[in-house]
Order: sequence, then structure tokens, then C-alpha cells
Amino acid sequence: MPKTMLELKIVSSSYGAIEALKGVSLRIEQGEIVTLIGANGAGKSTTLRSITGLVPPVSGDILFEGQRLNALPTHKIVALGISMAPEGRAIFANLTVAENLELGAYLQPDAAQNERQMDRVITLFPRLAERWRQQGGTLSGGEQQMLAIGRALMSRPRLLLLDEPSLGLAPLLVHTIFAAIDAINKEGTTILLVEQNANAALKHSHRAYVLETGSIVMEGPSQQLANDPRVREAYLGEK
Amino acid sequence: MRKWIYWLVAIAALAGLQASLKGLIGAYNYQIVILVGINIILAVSLNLINGVTGQFSIGHAGFYAVGAYASASVVFYGGPSIRAAVAFLPAMAQDGVLLLMGSFAAAITAGLAGLAVGIPSLRLRGDYLAIVTLGFGEIIRVLILNLDVIGGSRGFSGIPQLSNFFWVYLAVLITIISIHNLVHSSYGRAFVSVRDDEIAAEAMGVDTTRIKVMSFVISSMFAGIAGSLFGHYTMYLHPNSFLFTTSFNIIIMIVIGGLGSIEGAVLGAILITIILEVFREFGAMRLVNFSILLVLIMLYRPQGLLGTWTLFKKRDRAAPAN
Repeated sequence: MPKTMLELKIVSSSYGAIEALKGVSLRIEQGEIVTLIGANGAGKSTTLRSITGLVPPVSGDILFEGQRLNALPTHKIVALGISMAPEGRAIFANLTVAENLELGAYLQPDAAQNERQMDRVITLFPRLAERWRQQGGTLSGGEQQMLAIGRALMSRPRLLLLDEPSLGLAPLLVHTIFAAIDAINKEGTTILLVEQNANAALKHSHRAYVLETGSIVMEGPSQQLANDPRVREAYLGEK
Repeated sequence: MRKWIYWLVAIAALAGLQASLKGLIGAYNYQIVILVGINIILAVSLNLINGVTGQFSIGHAGFYAVGAYASASVVFYGGPSIRAAVAFLPAMAQDGVLLLMGSFAAAITAGLAGLAVGIPSLRLRGDYLAIVTLGFGEIIRVLILNLDVIGGSRGFSGIPQLSNFFWVYLAVLITIISIHNLVHSSYGRAFVSVRDDEIAAEAMGVDTTRIKVMSFVISSMFAGIAGSLFGHYTMYLHPNSFLFTTSFNIIIMIVIGGLGSIEGAVLGAILITIILEVFREFGAMRLVNFSILLVLIMLYRPQGLLGTWTLFKKRDRAAPAN
């Protein structure tokens, strides 16, 4: 029986009067890659934002390894071992690649461990080493995405949240990013992946949830969903 | 060890200049040099809030005033007993002790004021924060106007002159070095991260609220010390020295120099102080000329004179070989 890492129980979140999540329940087991797919505005990013406390849920429970996250501010949630590569990469544009990575380890006091982790990130994304002293804002979109993921890994999270990592990237780079996601997962990090690119997301994940206007409408092993005619029609562009 | 030698050399150089400077450049220029030093402290400290942390404060004169009056009060009312306690020291050392105590009080009170302004204003961003800080500056000024014990609208006179070139520039050095070291530490990088992207900063585990308050408190403490040095140089304080135009001048210094750059803040403080002096001969046209100059600089050099240029090489870890 695998250990449940993150569990959302009937979580609702709203932006002012607009309800973005209407009772979402989902579960992530240790070691999995779980993906959350859905159209624009379905509530995918809001789900991530609720988990990380950026949009505190109105009702329901969010449990990380049994601990309730609802009332915690974002930086405390990060301290528990959850890390996020936010949508749109959110690189610190005026800091160098090296400084961006160092900030990722902001809560980790052990310098030697951080050095090792930095080496791991570089092994994963050798391109970052070539851009080492360049300011984050001058990187290409793909490099920024690598930096965003690398930076999120610097805190050595047990759960990594990725928000649209393939957004706006050339197909070749999408491939690189997803290969990296697989590699990160193989080293033992559990991943929650939010994606519009349902095709790639289903290929690179164990289980999937489909969100539609704030509710989960389907869930199951990714393989199975990828073969489901409704999913194929709505999200994989097939008739 | 080498650090201490540098400090000794710096102190000896300052003391040497202190002894000879006034004779070399005359009393008028000497006073401008003092003013430049005080403005450097104000600009470098405000740069921590506005440039490094990316918040927008236009109430720096308020913290400056708090420090000036706090220090003057401590020295004015407590001076005789402090002097009596250190009577065994030579007169110059007694002055130093008094000034240090005054500056210490100034830093603490101004820091507390920074905390008081910082905590409620965390929720505010951009323009709204600016309005709160502007309001704070004015409240402080009006409060002082109505406090008779520190002179009220008559001004606070009878403050002993304790600060001079030596103390002002020692404080300048300490301010620049502390803020430089802070900004380039890993803790200080969090300040920059708040400016660049607040959400990403939170996602790194940075307590952005705390960082913003810290930037206010640290910055205010240095502004307070600047106030102390100012009061103990001019020997007279009046609320009109702390009008919101004072705050604006400090903002102009850091914007002209290059927002976020410590070197820029220093350069801006030197330039603006000197330009305001040089333009005195234009009389009523002084501020018009000043404004035209600012408009020109912003048109041709919008990133500030220095932009993000820095004297110091970044001490990054070397790129890993791969």
C-alpha cells in the first residue's frame, strides 16, 4: 500500500465572488507523477495555488503527509517539503542563473548539501551551466523553464508542483523538459504536473485527473485516460 | 585581521581629514561636504526599500526627523548626566560618547517607527504604500510641530554640536558597507527576490512580509542615524527641514543614480546635493532649473546614471564544469 503524500478533500477556492474550484478531491501517492489536465480556466492553476496557499481555499481540507495546509502561509508550506515552479516561470530577472538557484535553497542551511543539489540540477540541465552568470531575464523561454524547475528542486522537495512547464516552448524543448520530469521522478520526487499539453502529460505520468470548470470529471491511470474516447476527443484533438 | 587594518587606516584617514579639511576648503564647502555625507546615508538607506526590495516609500524624511529629534532630546536632556558619568575622559571623547548614545537612540526610535509603519502597510502595494509612507512623514512633522518639549514650531535649539566630518563619514562608511554586505548575502538576495517576483519569492520559502518589514526597519535605522548627525551638526532642528520635499529629494537621488545600485545612490546624493547648492544663485529659478535637469536626465538616461553598474564583482560560485 503506497503512502499518500498529498490529499485534497472537497476543496473549494474562489477569487472574490468567482468560484474557481468547486469541491475538488484528489490524492497523490508517494513516488507518483500525477497530472491535472483540462482546458483554460478549468481550475488547474488554481488547484496548485490552493495547495501552496497563494489562494487559500474557502472550504475543504488539504493534507500533506497528514498535516493540514489550509491556514499556512506559502513560505511555511514550502518549508514542509513542497516546491513549485510557478506558471510563466517567474524567474528573478535581475539575478543571475546561479543566484536564482541559490535562492531556491533559501530555506536549506546546509551549504554542502546545496552544492550537491546544485550539481544535480546542472546534470539535469547542462544548459544552465553555460548561462551561469547571465541574468535570468535574458534567458530563452526554454532555459527559463529549466531554471524554474531547477530552482524549485534546490529546496530538495518531496513534492514538486509544476505549472504548465511546456507552455510556449518549441517541441524539441518540450521533449527535453518532459525527459527531465521523468528523471526527477526516478530519483524519488513525487510530482504534480499541471498541463495543457494533455498528450505529453498523459504519456509522462502515472495517473491523471481531468478538470472541467472547477470540478474533477474523470480520473484514472494515465494510460487508460489516454485511450478513453471522451478524453481523446476533448483533449487530444481526435474525432 | 586584514579587515581591522583597513578600518584603522580608514579611521586614521578620516581623523586626518577632520583636522585639515576645514582649513583646506573653507567653512562653506566644509558644510556642503557634511551635507553630502548625510544625504549619502539617506540615499543608500532609502535605496534598500525602493531600489533593492522594490517597495515605494516617500516618507524617508519622517524617519530622518524621528532620528534627529530623538538624538537631540537624549543629548539635550540627558547630556549633563552622561557627561558627568564619563567625566574622566577628555572632552573630545565625551563628545563622541554623547553622539554615539544619541545616534543609538536615533537608530532605535527610527527603527521602531519603521516597524510601526512597515507592519500595517505590508498588505499595501505600489501607490497605496507610497501614500501611507507620505502620510507617515507628514504625521511625524505635525506631531513635532505640536510637541513643545522639543521646541514645537519654534524649533529645537541649544543642541550641542557633536558631529563633524569624522563622524559623518565614519557613518557613511558603516552604512555603505553594512547595506552592501546585506544585499550581497544570501539573506539579502531575498530582498531582491521580493522586488523581482513576489509570488516566486514566496514559492522559494521567502517570508516576503517579513522581508518587507525588515527593509523598512533597517532603512529607517540608518535614516535615524543620519538625522542624529544632522541635528548635532546644525545645532538646531525645525520641522521644516523634514518636509515631504526632503523625501522627494532623496528619491530623486536614488533614481538619478540608478535605482537599486548602492554606487548609484552615492553618486546621486553627491550630485543632487551639489547641484542644489550650485543652483542657489538662480534664486527663484533654482527649482525650475533643477526640474529641467531632472527631466533631461530621465529622458536620456532613464535607467539612472549608473544603471545596474557595480564596482564590485559578484562573488558567485564558479560555474560547475560539465
